[in-house]
Amino acid sequence: MNTIQKEVILDDSRVIMEALAQAGADTYIGYPITPSNAMYLYASIRYKYMLPAPDEISTLQYMSGMAATGHLPVTATSFPGFALMVESINMAYMMELPMIIILTQRLGPATGTATAGAQGDIALLRGMISGGHPIPVVCPATIEDCWDLSAKALQMAVDLRCPVIILSSKERANTNRNFDISKLPPIKPIERKYYQSNEPFIPYKYNDTLVPDFLPVSNNQHQVRLTASTHDQKGIIQHTSDEAMKNTIRLEKKVNQYIDTHNDYNHINNHADTLVVSYGITANAAEEAVLTLNNQGKKIDLLIVKTLLPIASKINDIIHSYKKVVFAEDNINGQYAKIIFGDRLPNHVSFVGAIGKMLSPKEIIEGGKF
Amino acid sequence: METKVLNTNNLPFCKGCGHHGISQNTAKAIENMGLNILDVIFVTDIGCHGIIDKSLNAHTVHGLHGRSVALGAGVSMGLPENKKVIVFIGDGGATIGLQHILEAARLNVNLTVIIHNNFLYGMTGGQLSGLTPKGFNTVITPNGSPFGEHDICELVYTAGANYVSRVIGIGDFSETIQKALETPGFSLIEVMEICPSYGVKFNPKRKLQEIVEAANKPIKTWTNNRAPFSFPERKTVNNLFDKTPVIEKLNVEKNLTKQIQVVLSGSAGEGVQLAATILCKAAVKHGYNITQKGTYPVTVGVGFSVAEINISPNEIYFHGLSNPEYMIITSQDGYEYSKKTIQTLNKDALLFIDQSLPTPDTNAHIITMDFRGKGAKNAVLSALFSFAKKTNIISTETLKSILSEMNMLEKFPLAEIEKELA
Ligand code: SF4
Repeated sequence: MNTIQKEVILDDSRVIMEALAQAGADTYIGYPITPSNAMYLYASIRYKYMLPAPDEISTLQYMSGMAATGHLPVTATSFPGFALMVESINMAYMMELPMIIILTQRLGPATGTATAGAQGDIALLRGMISGGHPIPVVCPATIEDCWDLSAKALQMAVDLRCPVIILSSKERANTNRNFDISKLPPIKPIERKYYQSNEPFIPYKYNDTLVPDFLPVSNNQHQVRLTASTHDQKGIIQHTSDEAMKNTIRLEKKVNQYIDTHNDYNHINNHADTLVVSYGITANAAEEAVLTLNNQGKKIDLLIVKTLLPIASKINDIIHSYKKVVFAEDNINGQYAKIIFGDRLPNHVSFVGAIGKMLSPKEIIEGGKF
Repeated sequence: METKVLNTNNLPFCKGCGHHGISQNTAKAIENMGLNILDVIFVTDIGCHGIIDKSLNAHTVHGLHGRSVALGAGVSMGLPENKKVIVFIGDGGATIGLQHILEAARLNVNLTVIIHNNFLYGMTGGQLSGLTPKGFNTVITPNGSPFGEHDICELVYTAGANYVSRVIGIGDFSETIQKALETPGFSLIEVMEICPSYGVKFNPKRKLQEIVEAANKPIKTWTNNRAPFSFPERKTVNNLFDKTPVIEKLNVEKNLTKQIQVVLSGSAGEGVQLAATILCKAAVKHGYNITQKGTYPVTVGVGFSVAEINISPNEIYFHGLSNPEYMIITSQDGYEYSKKTIQTLNKDALLFIDQSLPTPDTNAHIITMDFRGKGAKNAVLSALFSFAKKTNIISTETLKSILSEMNMLEKFPLAEIEKELA
């Protein structure tokens, strides 16, 4: 590791795109949507295969095709494009194809304001797979996170054979900051393991990991079947046969099981009674608020959630162990708080939010009534 | 009878359905070409034709309604040229995914698309599609479709496909499929067929040939000779960090004890964001941490251009702007945009404003100078020199050295500015 200081000015977009490339992502397909267009630009000089797609449905379809042949594709978008991708992400989820979708949040609804930040898409992510199945979402809050979590997200996509979402926001993706890049260790490219036996290949047969072995379509040893419809282990379409239902249930279990053992968070734990929970851009303000409160002699703990969805048991355990919990999010409805505690927040849980601007440490301190 | 391509003779379609012929002729073409069956990938759409997968010995990928041409294009882009990707799609799917088909033709992706055109959606009960000929009866248009239909072959040919052919889906048309598979780049065959379950039911007296003729759809082949798809050649780098210049820190005292915010507010095209970058570099050289972001209207070339900068001797957590300590206003656009913020500035805030602008109503200390007199493009930069001189957060020497590193000194009226500041 390089120990000579290398201070540069950069944004999260650059760090995420470089981390994914070093981890082994070789393909970028996309449509230049604000505030993800910096990533599109970086991809155009960094990725081996780069293709502008005419729209976001084509993007996800091209990516799925590339993933089916053994490539590791990446795209970056924001809500208007992401909405178009939802059916195709469901397809890739059902086919079990690894890929990365970076969602840079901006102010909605609809086209909203392209150049204002937000954290308004968490409720959508929680329910975007038909059936309520979980899709992994990671959410970097620092440059170091952009580096580590992006590499881990790609590993997760490969390990799980599943699309993984990296959630950012305009206010992180498009803000420059100084950073010593010698602190970022080189990332080892992911080694992909393909099915190797001479026994017939059954595309959706699985073991304890609940993840079937992968083989690219076009390999000339075994026939491969991929399908977005309900199917048995052989990848043959079924109505609701027992084997097919087991397979559909497995898709839910494999993600939950993996996230329970592979999750990231930062818990600043002074054994206080009160916990502030935050993620992404708002975690920066929450950290400042909690440091200020602690300096004022008020004992407050902080949880910055990085593996945002599905919610790992450990993260649930931490949040449920406090007498008072305050969520800080850049939205007006406490989306993450409601995912964890339900639509009517219990008395010990409150929420501080903002819209059209970044939630400030001052607002968290005042709104949290500590 | 099992063949190399099909694992059954009992295909999953209604008796008399034209889909039988397409599967059998495709199988025959593959066999005649002597292809290794695992070099062939079928990508199928939603519809009756899509349940063929289980009868095929090749690789099969079964996607969403209308999207299979884009999916197949992705599969093809990921593979070497000797692999054959075949997309099976219906006229309904072709209507949904019309843009995907035209795009694949435009890009000339190495792909063969076979449209099963029986003029209706079979799986959902016989509704009309964009390829249903005018006058053809369907379940929702029992007196004939009032709409015209696409000529998909003409569209795809015009979009640039290398091989396009329309055939009647009766008898042996395997040679046409073989031609399509042998042609590098994008090929498409529109197979005209009839759905006995719904097409015949709603149009009992009509024959396939007659329907095709009445629709004025010639049975013919179109060809282009364009280079097949390849990924665009680009200038690439091995590491995105190679493009971020390393900033050497100066060995100087920090005069700043807490985080401050600086706003540069001017007009698009007048170098606001560049000046912001220079200020940030200078601050980092002086050992500070910074954050920097730009705000401009959706149309980037006109109107205001604003840069919001935080500078701090400590780690910066929150970078949202609340109440800046320093503002630099160099144009009317910038003034209008920042008016509200100017009004709420504290009394120890410093406001640098061009002399051409009105004196704002604010508690802040105002410094009025002729920044624009140095040329509109130099206005913000000139103001930075005043900022450096007044605040001592960064030095004018540091600004000068950055301008020289960036080869900007020649065009910059430094002597004049220094004289004014002296
Ligand atoms: S419904 Fe029509 S298109 Fe579908 S299999 Fe039967 S005859 Fe063929």
